[in-house]
Amino acid sequence: MKLGMTFGAALVASVSWASVAAAQTELSLWYHGAGNEAESGALNMIIDDFNASQDEYKVVVESFPQESYNDSVVAAALAGNLPDILDVDGPVMPNWAWAGYLQPLNIDEAAIAEFLDGPKGYWDGQLYSIGFWDAAVALMSRQSTLDALGLRTPDVDNPWTGEEFMAALDAAKASGDFEYAFDLGMPWTGEWYPYAFSPFLQSFGGDIVDRTTYATAEGALNGEEAVAFGNWWQSLFADGYAPGTSQDPADRDTGFVDGKYAFSWNGNWAALAALEVHDDVVFLPAPDFGNGPKIGAASWQFGVSGTSENADGAAAFIEFALQDKYLANFSNVTGLIPATSTAAAMTDNYAEGGALEVFFGLSAGQATLRPVTPGYVVSAKVFEKALADIANGADVADTLDAAVDEINADIERNGGYGH
Amino acid sequence: MASKLTTSNRAGWGFALPGFGLIMLFIVIPFFFAFYLSLTNQRLISPNPTEFVGLSNYDRLLSISVLTIEPEVDDTGAVVRDDAGNAQYPRVRTFTRNNPDYSQYAGMREWFRWHWGETAKVVVATDVVFWKSLRNTLMFVLVVAPVQAGLALCLALLINQRLRGINVYRAIYFMPVVVSIVVVSLLFRFIYDGNDGLLNNVLGFVTFGTFEGRDWLGSENTALGAIMGMSIWQAVGFHMVIWLSGLQTISPTLYEASSIEGASKFQTFRYVTWPGLRNTAVLILIVITMQAFALFAQIDVMTRGGPLDSTTTIVFQAVERGYGKQDISGGSAISVVLFLLVLSISLIQRYLTRER
Repeated sequence: MKLGMTFGAALVASVSWASVAAAQTELSLWYHGAGNEAESGALNMIIDDFNASQDEYKVVVESFPQESYNDSVVAAALAGNLPDILDVDGPVMPNWAWAGYLQPLNIDEAAIAEFLDGPKGYWDGQLYSIGFWDAAVALMSRQSTLDALGLRTPDVDNPWTGEEFMAALDAAKASGDFEYAFDLGMPWTGEWYPYAFSPFLQSFGGDIVDRTTYATAEGALNGEEAVAFGNWWQSLFADGYAPGTSQDPADRDTGFVDGKYAFSWNGNWAALAALEVHDDVVFLPAPDFGNGPKIGAASWQFGVSGTSENADGAAAFIEFALQDKYLANFSNVTGLIPATSTAAAMTDNYAEGGALEVFFGLSAGQATLRPVTPGYVVSAKVFEKALADIANGADVADTLDAAVDEINADIERNGGYGH
Repeated sequence: MASKLTTSNRAGWGFALPGFGLIMLFIVIPFFFAFYLSLTNQRLISPNPTEFVGLSNYDRLLSISVLTIEPEVDDTGAVVRDDAGNAQYPRVRTFTRNNPDYSQYAGMREWFRWHWGETAKVVVATDVVFWKSLRNTLMFVLVVAPVQAGLALCLALLINQRLRGINVYRAIYFMPVVVSIVVVSLLFRFIYDGNDGLLNNVLGFVTFGTFEGRDWLGSENTALGAIMGMSIWQAVGFHMVIWLSGLQTISPTLYEASSIEGASKFQTFRYVTWPGLRNTAVLILIVITMQAFALFAQIDVMTRGGPLDSTTTIVFQAVERGYGKQDISGGSAISVVLFLLVLSISLIQRYLTRER
């Protein structure tokens, strides 16, 4: 019977493309990774398997370049043309959920019980999105550098303190072997700033907004701790530890492996390339500036669009994709951190003894979500500008005050963003 | 008031309709739409209903005032001074934040200050970034409009000669115009690079190594100038061609006559060429002014407004707010201000260059 139906469908398909849609409900999926063949391949494998596993739904993917993906979604939402399944950057998710671009994701809670916290997208007490992977940032260096400078090798359980870290930078600077001690990745404007640098602020004890109410940034972004962070941040550039906002993007990409920098603040996506050049590259945890060592969490995730008429099918696809073998395959082709430890065990790099195993520990142990609020998309921009200005020598307290005012005005104009 | 335009001219209007329709649809209606949005709290993404907020967007954008600060005094009434003997002032934030005595300055930030004896006069504004972008844009227009027009005229005079291979030069000068401004901006980022950029290398070579390399786009003092230089270079060829077309409309008989009269080269230019270029000059001045006010792509690619807002511009701010910060109403308000600014400057230019 089933064979007959498939045969019949194939027959119809060969006659008329349109009638296939009648036989199977088509689910459109938008993805941000256009141009990345390996990633598309991994996604297409899931889609092919899902389409073959049942005959009610047929997922069709459309890929966009990452730079224009968010704009495309916003434009489509304004025009009422959202697809059924969207992928969404973790910190942006609350904004889209709040605006109605996404609807709560109905999948079996048991399916994600073992997931890392980063890939789970909760807003307002409900799950809206789920990621196949997470990303983590580490302090990259080389064992030979640490030995030459006489530094202790920190690990997740015993990270450097703020003083130890600054002593390490001083040692690197004093050695004269490096152009700069510390490469932060300042040319990577955009989400990199809040993703990579706001955990430093949190480790100092400040934050982008006050997470207890999400109603103000006063005190969080311009309190004593935040000003201490700002002074430290400014000193990195003023005292010549790190290249500033005008760092050459090419130096950001290759400067560390070329030996221009002793330490580089970079993500797991850059780890394999560094290991290829130097086999003694080490990935150190974030230093602890007083309130625990922290790194950013949450990467791209999948959710069901608010206007989808086939939410069940869309959720079924997402749940189907959460199998360990797909998570592991995605990790193998992209180098990203698989969302579960069981999937990690199946990967080349994150299995026990794998080259990037340490990142799974960092993600599990240090990862902190960026503020979970629809207002994040605006406050992230404000934060980025404040950090760039402080790095360029602006007065710390005044700059943070201005950032607070701008964030607060935005929260107010949006009626508190639904908190 | 029946004129030829309104009476028995159906065919004429019919032919004009497609053009008028498109202009209405894509220029006139969006402008009124922007004006309307600037009076609301419209967001790019929001489930909240749009509300009329009156002029509060303009209020936030344009509020500016002067705060007078007296130097700090110690218990004896003497002015507190630092080691260099400069009077010390209380921080502006003590007046603008949570200070009920100065509530009119609440939420404002320092733009710049000057000293009147020992008293500091501080210009504070709610939206300092907007004022800085206004200043940068005006600076850009003031420098680029005359320099670009003048340079283009020089080039046009140079290539308006009957020499062998002159077309090669015309093509070379015109080439940057054909290249996308985004590509040019990316290339100039490398040229202006602080470490081993082409410009630093060339200057170092020319001065036998005495020139110290600098980070052209990374410094407040040079960033806007660097972008001006690049913008002039990129668009000068376009205006050169317009000048050239103006030059070639001047009748050769006038030049013959002036040479018979024994006019010098300068006199020929002053009394034959320049009067003949009058209309071209007006056109070029207005076009460059309007283009310069719309400065955006270079900023977006090269500096994104930094360092410290030294290169941010009005259009860049409108886009940054409308799309980046999802504040469509704020972006619209900036667009309306820009429109009024450009309109009034164009009208002034028309008036000053009118036929007398």
